[in-house]
Amino acid sequence: MNWLQRPASDTQITHGRRLWLYIIGVLILAFLIIPTLIVIPMSFSQSQYLEFPPRVWGVRWYENYFNSIEWMTATWVSIKAAFWTVLVTTPIATMAAYGLYVSNIRAARFIFVLLITPMMVPVVLIAIGVFFAYTRLSLNNTMVGLVLAHSVLALPMALIVISAGLRSYDMNQERVARSLGASRLKAFLVVTLPQIRFSVVTGALLAFIVSFDEVIVALFISGGDMSTITRSMFLALRDQIDPTIASISTVMILITTVVFLLAQVLGKSKNRES
Amino acid sequence: MGQENALPISIRGVTKTYGEVFALDDVDLDIHSGEFLTLLGPSGSGKTTLLMVLAGFTRPDSGSVSFGDQEVVRMPPHKRDVGMVFQNYALFPHMNVAANIGFPLKLRGIPKDEIRSQVENALTVVQLEGYGDRGVEQLSGGQMQRVALARAIVFKPRILLMDEPLSALDKKLRERMQIELRHLHEQLGMTTVYVTHDQREALTMSDRIAVINDGRLMQLDKPRAIYDHPANPFVANFIGESTLLPVEQHNGVATWDGVPLKLSERDHGVGPLLMLRPERLVFMPKGDDPHFNRFNGTVTEVVYQGESFLVYVRLSGGEEVAVRSVSQHRSLEAAPDIGDSIVLGLHRDETVLVSEA
Amino acid sequence: MATSITTARNAEALRRDERRERLLLFGLSLPALVMVLLVILVPVGWLFWLSLFNDEGVLSTYNYSRMLESKSYVRIFKTTFKVSFLTTLICVLIGYPLAYFLSQLSKRWVTIGLIAVLLPFWTSLLVRTYAWLVVLQRKGLVNEWGMEFGWWETPLRLVHNLNGTLIGMVHIMLPFLVLPLYGSMRSIDVDYLKAAANLGATPTKSFWFVFFPLSLPGLFAGITVVFVLCLGFFVTPAVLGGGKVIMVSMKIETLIDLFFNFGTASALGVVLLVLTLAVLFIAHKLLSLDRVLGSGGGA
Repeated sequence: MNWLQRPASDTQITHGRRLWLYIIGVLILAFLIIPTLIVIPMSFSQSQYLEFPPRVWGVRWYENYFNSIEWMTATWVSIKAAFWTVLVTTPIATMAAYGLYVSNIRAARFIFVLLITPMMVPVVLIAIGVFFAYTRLSLNNTMVGLVLAHSVLALPMALIVISAGLRSYDMNQERVARSLGASRLKAFLVVTLPQIRFSVVTGALLAFIVSFDEVIVALFISGGDMSTITRSMFLALRDQIDPTIASISTVMILITTVVFLLAQVLGKSKNRES
Repeated sequence: MGQENALPISIRGVTKTYGEVFALDDVDLDIHSGEFLTLLGPSGSGKTTLLMVLAGFTRPDSGSVSFGDQEVVRMPPHKRDVGMVFQNYALFPHMNVAANIGFPLKLRGIPKDEIRSQVENALTVVQLEGYGDRGVEQLSGGQMQRVALARAIVFKPRILLMDEPLSALDKKLRERMQIELRHLHEQLGMTTVYVTHDQREALTMSDRIAVINDGRLMQLDKPRAIYDHPANPFVANFIGESTLLPVEQHNGVATWDGVPLKLSERDHGVGPLLMLRPERLVFMPKGDDPHFNRFNGTVTEVVYQGESFLVYVRLSGGEEVAVRSVSQHRSLEAAPDIGDSIVLGLHRDETVLVSEA
Repeated sequence: MATSITTARNAEALRRDERRERLLLFGLSLPALVMVLLVILVPVGWLFWLSLFNDEGVLSTYNYSRMLESKSYVRIFKTTFKVSFLTTLICVLIGYPLAYFLSQLSKRWVTIGLIAVLLPFWTSLLVRTYAWLVVLQRKGLVNEWGMEFGWWETPLRLVHNLNGTLIGMVHIMLPFLVLPLYGSMRSIDVDYLKAAANLGATPTKSFWFVFFPLSLPGLFAGITVVFVLCLGFFVTPAVLGGGKVIMVSMKIETLIDLFFNFGTASALGVVLLVLTLAVLFIAHKLLSLDRVLGSGGGA
């Protein structure tokens, strides 16, 4: 029996009858993936205009990127900000997730929703609000201000992931540890945390991506020497299409993919569902 | 059973409400030092809540709990020094068997060599010598149960709490473990509080049973006493099978069908309900026997159940009772047919009255 | 009795213990709360306050009435709704088949399929927007190949207009629709479909009468998320719209960046926020209803 005649589901619909679905599915997936990836080969085109496939291969635009002080400073700012955001967001999100999960107060649900609001409020509104506040506090164009804003933006994602991890964890283990003589804190550190560590790490990695990719708030509150790579890219895009951006994009795709795959691998070794 | 390795437990006026619902309603209970006491009841009866109060995971609204002389109701769980076994074992998956068992010892600052030898001892007690190096995922259900047990007793607690530890095991294994747990209790001597909804299990293992329903203590007594003399209809129905027949009172004497009931000289209970247990009813031959109470009826159903069979009889007043007989060749042959008129007999010593509530 | 005095006394102490423990645990969430309060709630509240003052600093609804009267603002809102609606529609048309496709794959292929959806999801939207800019421009990939294969003669105008914006936004928003929808589809018990087949339903009927209704909760969740995100969207229309597609968020940015006009910008922002919350609220009502209907009717 060739593959097309084999049943695709328990209701005995064959693969052959589903062929149209498979073709459409693959086409849409291609629509999703190709633009994301097409930048990569295009960035290696040596000519002045980006072409696919490049007539001449070269690293001209990478040289442009790595030799430019502005671009490299901006990249470094983004990486540092993302790094600090992870350090700030992860423990705060973990504490909040655990505290809300365990405290059993009815208000816990309300507080949880409140902590998710940074994801729900239109980002531009947050951006101008923070900009307005930072102007008065002289926090614009500072790393502290940037990290603070990004941490709040990353919090909901980390909170959701870590809370999900707690929900699928058996709280009885912590109770047993306490019955055996461990205080709440000790039980959490020695028994619970090692077992939810995959959710915590995933939350941390997502916080990194949120900060690294963030454009709008950075557009307002970071500038000059403190400009993030995304801000600089956006401004450059509005003026003209600088092919250097293709090489920057490729580097960003690389960084994001690595972080994302890390999160996938770590997430999969704990659960079976992604 | 040594007194040094066990503590009595005193529970006074413990109440726990969740909104309008009373999970525990003013419970008073005294557990003797070193005894094996079972908290028996249906789901939602409050038995697990009471256990959690003893462990310190549930804080009651009011009341007092003492271990020996010490008031513990306000003490956090990690200071109570009780061993606990949960229904789903809750073994730490990121530690191997030895690390799991050694965990409480490590917390108490016991040196490493001491820990190793005590862990080995504990493994021997639960008959799992040499399993120390295994990972938790390599164990069967029964083995996990033993490791959980070893972990709970390794630090020699004087009270052991168990929350339906055998309910996840299959029947044969469960029955074997019941006997083993009983032996373990006799060997170690600690006060054990055991929670289950399985009345057979309670009857098998306990020194005393506390029957709990709706957050209240229904009866506290030895297994045989509870079975023979239930204090109220709930206990009568929950433990074993029974049919409760209302009986009339004429001049303070209980009568059935106009005839006064013959009762035992010893304790026969008081109350308006007569308890009929299927295995205590017999088929009466013709003639009058001074020791038996008689009930007339018609056979409605005969059900073969393997080791025993049931005969359902509708009595003259319309009530239905069941008679259980052991499936031996003779009794099977003599079994009545559907529609037969029949007389059932209950020996005076087995005639028990149950009060309303 | 002495014991009843003890137990009554304990009630007070126990209640205090309980409250203390709860507050302690609840307090763990305090840092997060403080952060969100300081960075989101206070500034946004401040902005709202600002929006109530006109240019002279007098309390008035000037900023809001200007929005309703001025034609350009009305047009901006119209554009925003139009783009959001079209994007959501196209996402549903493309996204539903994709989600269905993914839900019917075997375990091996699902992983690959999901990575294909998640990878763009996590790639910076700036990078993706840029990619579309490059691909859709006059000398870009699409036009190059289209003309080479003779599909059209003059380069199509695919960027710096509504078309380019829609294409880019659909690409960004698609995963937001597909993921909840896929989740919802995956959780549909195959037994329902088997029962339908057993009762005589053709695959098509089985799909429309059993599968589709059961997938609606996920679909509505996805639609809500996509629509709300589109309302506030900034980067993609700014880059791909070429100045011809002006959404509310872009106007806000311009007002601050060029004119430092916090009054009007705040008012716009507040309206945007209210619209977002309104959509979320309506969806919440619909979703809860549908979840009940979906499970009640399908079971």
